[in-house]
Amino acid sequence: MPKLVPGVIKGLGVTFKELITPAVTVQYPHVKEAPPTRARGVIALKEDNCTVCMLCARECPDWCIYIDAHKETHEPASGGKGRSVKVLDRFAIDFALCMYCGICVEVCPFDALFWSPEFEYAEYDILKLTHEMDRLEEWTYKVLPPPPLEDGAVVPPPPPAPAAAPAVAAAAAPPPQAVGAAAEAPQTAQETSDAAPVKPARAPRVEVEPDQETYDRVLAAELEKGTDRRVAEGRAKSAALRAARAKAGGS
Amino acid sequence: MTTTASDWRQAAYVASQAADARVNVELETDGMTLNLGPQHPATHGTLRIVVRLDGEQVLWADPACGYMHRGYEKLAEVRKYPQITTLVNRIDWLGSFANEVPFILAAEKLMDIEAPPRAQYIRTVLFEMARVANVTLFLGDMGVQLGAVSPVFYAFRDREHVLNLIEAATGGRFHPNYDRIGGLKDDLPKGWVDETKAVMKKMRAFCDEMEDLLLGNEIFQARTRGIGVIPKDVGLEYGMSGANVRASGVDWDIRRDEDSPLAWKHADWKVWTHPDGDSFARYWVRLQETREATVIIDQLLDGLPAGPIMAKVPRIIKVPAGEAFIHTENPMGEMGYYLVSKGDIGPFRVKIKTPSFNNVSITPWLLRGVYVPDVITILASLYFILGDIDR
Amino acid sequence: MTPALAVQLAYGWLAAIKVAAVLAVVPVGALLYVYFYLFKMVSHMQSRLGPMEAGPHGVLQAPVELLKFLQKEDLVPERADRFVFGAAPFVVFLSTFLLFVIIPTGPRLVAENLDTGVFFALAVSSISVIGILMAGWASANKYSVTGGIRAAGQLIAYELPMVLAIVGVVVQAGTMSLQGIVHAQATGKIFGWGGIGNPFVFTQLVGFVIFFIAAQAELTQTPFDMPVAESELVAGYLTEYSGVRFLLFFMAEFASAFAFAAIASTIFLGGWYIPGVHGTAADLLGPVVMIAKTMAVGFVIFWIRFTFPRFREDQLQAFAWKYLIPLSLLNILVTGILKVVF
Repeated sequence: MPKLVPGVIKGLGVTFKELITPAVTVQYPHVKEAPPTRARGVIALKEDNCTVCMLCARECPDWCIYIDAHKETHEPASGGKGRSVKVLDRFAIDFALCMYCGICVEVCPFDALFWSPEFEYAEYDILKLTHEMDRLEEWTYKVLPPPPLEDGAVVPPPPPAPAAAPAVAAAAAPPPQAVGAAAEAPQTAQETSDAAPVKPARAPRVEVEPDQETYDRVLAAELEKGTDRRVAEGRAKSAALRAARAKAGGS
Repeated sequence: MTTTASDWRQAAYVASQAADARVNVELETDGMTLNLGPQHPATHGTLRIVVRLDGEQVLWADPACGYMHRGYEKLAEVRKYPQITTLVNRIDWLGSFANEVPFILAAEKLMDIEAPPRAQYIRTVLFEMARVANVTLFLGDMGVQLGAVSPVFYAFRDREHVLNLIEAATGGRFHPNYDRIGGLKDDLPKGWVDETKAVMKKMRAFCDEMEDLLLGNEIFQARTRGIGVIPKDVGLEYGMSGANVRASGVDWDIRRDEDSPLAWKHADWKVWTHPDGDSFARYWVRLQETREATVIIDQLLDGLPAGPIMAKVPRIIKVPAGEAFIHTENPMGEMGYYLVSKGDIGPFRVKIKTPSFNNVSITPWLLRGVYVPDVITILASLYFILGDIDR
Repeated sequence: MTPALAVQLAYGWLAAIKVAAVLAVVPVGALLYVYFYLFKMVSHMQSRLGPMEAGPHGVLQAPVELLKFLQKEDLVPERADRFVFGAAPFVVFLSTFLLFVIIPTGPRLVAENLDTGVFFALAVSSISVIGILMAGWASANKYSVTGGIRAAGQLIAYELPMVLAIVGVVVQAGTMSLQGIVHAQATGKIFGWGGIGNPFVFTQLVGFVIFFIAAQAELTQTPFDMPVAESELVAGYLTEYSGVRFLLFFMAEFASAFAFAAIASTIFLGGWYIPGVHGTAADLLGPVVMIAKTMAVGFVIFWIRFTFPRFREDQLQAFAWKYLIPLSLLNILVTGILKVVF
């Protein structure tokens, strides 16, 4: 038998050293570690951007996205033919089937789907894992802006100044009821890397309450026109936020 | 006629002979058939090995795999290329990114597209990180199979850092789904390079810890030296690959021996071999390979070129008709994809060659005459994953 | 009432009290070891925290687990031998219980101060082998049988080095009674200085190491835990046991560890003796000292358990027969010679 002293004693030394080193356990749920920004936790849907092109449902390897829609004809603002618009009735993702591959988020041409690192949505019943539009909308408030890129990366050119299109990058200004890290996210997005080309000066986003009068006014107008309730509410809210921001002396 | 004393004695003698004969027949056993698995702590998944034992020695062993067959090749016939990249992550779930690479390279070869250099470097870095994450688990796991319960916890603890890095870059810890035909999905987030270098230092410290705790341990050596010796030619005959044959003295590493668009040639590293071919050699080679992988990562990150990470690729990917076979040195061994395309948006046929399938095929030959505890040692040292065997 | 009957009654009550006391100590010893070493020490060695939720820092985890085992379903495999299957845990528990009878924790605190103390201890510790074999065989499970046979071979092989190591101590102390051995250490002198007495660990270092290794093997702790080789045999002879039966095995295992550590503390480390403390003070402080020494010995036992891989069965046997036994015989020889010379 070879000399027992060195090898086994060294091993004992290793475990003793580990004994006196503090443990690395993070005691969830008392302490929660934030996952990285890009972590694929849950998919959020921004309904305003969705044009029901069905690309996500088609490309999903598991076919876990269920979309129902109907066509509506909207009267044009000034003469001409009526515009036929697809209106989303139901958008549900079955997270029991979802592989968290991200193909739907990548493939959406209108930036309606986003990743959020949120992961605490377990259910006791597998049927409850099919989440509908309202829940998916709630998760948009937890979406974080993309992290700044490493040195040497080619940074994509900045999007055009925010005139009208809501279809801008994921850094949508979270409404006041945002929770967690999302509140700090817009700030970091602003201090983005020096590697980026000079961006047109943009006034800092101000967090405001939606202006109630504008909301009521636009909602009433839209409903009179015969727009679907949900679409009307969405338009009223965006108008109200813009008005409030304008009042607060921002953009 | 009365029975005499001698009659009784005669009867007693005959009866005792008969009793002895009965006992002999009962004790004359042919061997005990033991089912190792499919649910067993030692088999890394749902592998079933039927062994016939004579006491503690194995008379013959018969592996029965297929309990985890998920039909990848059939699935690939009815999916498009981006979807297959997602699925293929799950073949060898520990060496996550390494599964995507040969498939993407095969498609790129048929499309005649070359990813930009930055993408190739990052691909190689993530490939080696997959190797580190995978083999680190082996280094701890072999301890558990042999009875040392502590090293595996250190392995998981240090592996967490690597997985967090992979998650920071790709969004997924185990299934990155990051490789695209023509490059990568996203670039690296800020600070990733420095963090990776720090983590690689930690992994090197972990390798040193494993050397002290397991490699140098006399009990470990007594359990693994001379156990499960695979001679060079037998290993190659069975189609084994990776660290298993390098531990038998075969100096073969696809990263070095074949020209690949990935960036291994831009780093200065060596291939580790060991002449013995026993379980100890396999553990030793994998430990050195892990360290070498951290060295490769450090060098490649130092020389990371700036630039785009995606080549010009059409939005709808249609791979022109043709066949391509690309193999790479995955953490488990040699993994290859034989891609047959008929010019469609999805492949016509994908044949996946996985290393663990061949690595486990040697068990009937290797396990003859071996003691039961050594069966566990050998299975642990061969290091296969069921997802890899069964696909 | 005749005086004889009165004495008999008193003796009966005394015996009942002793039995109750030892029965109470067995789970306490097991609980101490389970909490400090199995829950907390192994966790911190593995860079984690162990149970933290049940009670502050998980102190209630062990009692709660006890309750959990008590309310489990009683499963007996269909082809198992019911009587033997049920009796096996009790046999093992009996062996552990009897070990605690002779351990002294103070000059007057011992359940039964037998003159053949260590001999009795070694004899009853062998009973557990029968229990393990019964468990292995009666479970009607190939894994259990393999585990049981391995256990039988191993435990019998390591009885000898343990006995021989203790013989060295007995030769030096001149008595087999544990109280007598403590007394011999207390009144002994190291090179003429009687400050701390003469704990036999100094003169019997080889014996101590051999006893330690043999005890590790008797307790089927890694590196000698082939019978319960988790990664190979699931749980060896314990595979089919659940609920209260498993609880008895589990408690017997840790209580045995406590008992062996206590015996090692007694015969090698000086037992309950504190230099300069006599009489009632020793009776009060003795248990504290004994627990402290037992925990120290236990720390090393479990430290080794959670660090090393396990030996293969034949290596284990070779180690016992080819190395430990000759070494312990040599130890006895040297001890005997030195005892006569000095």
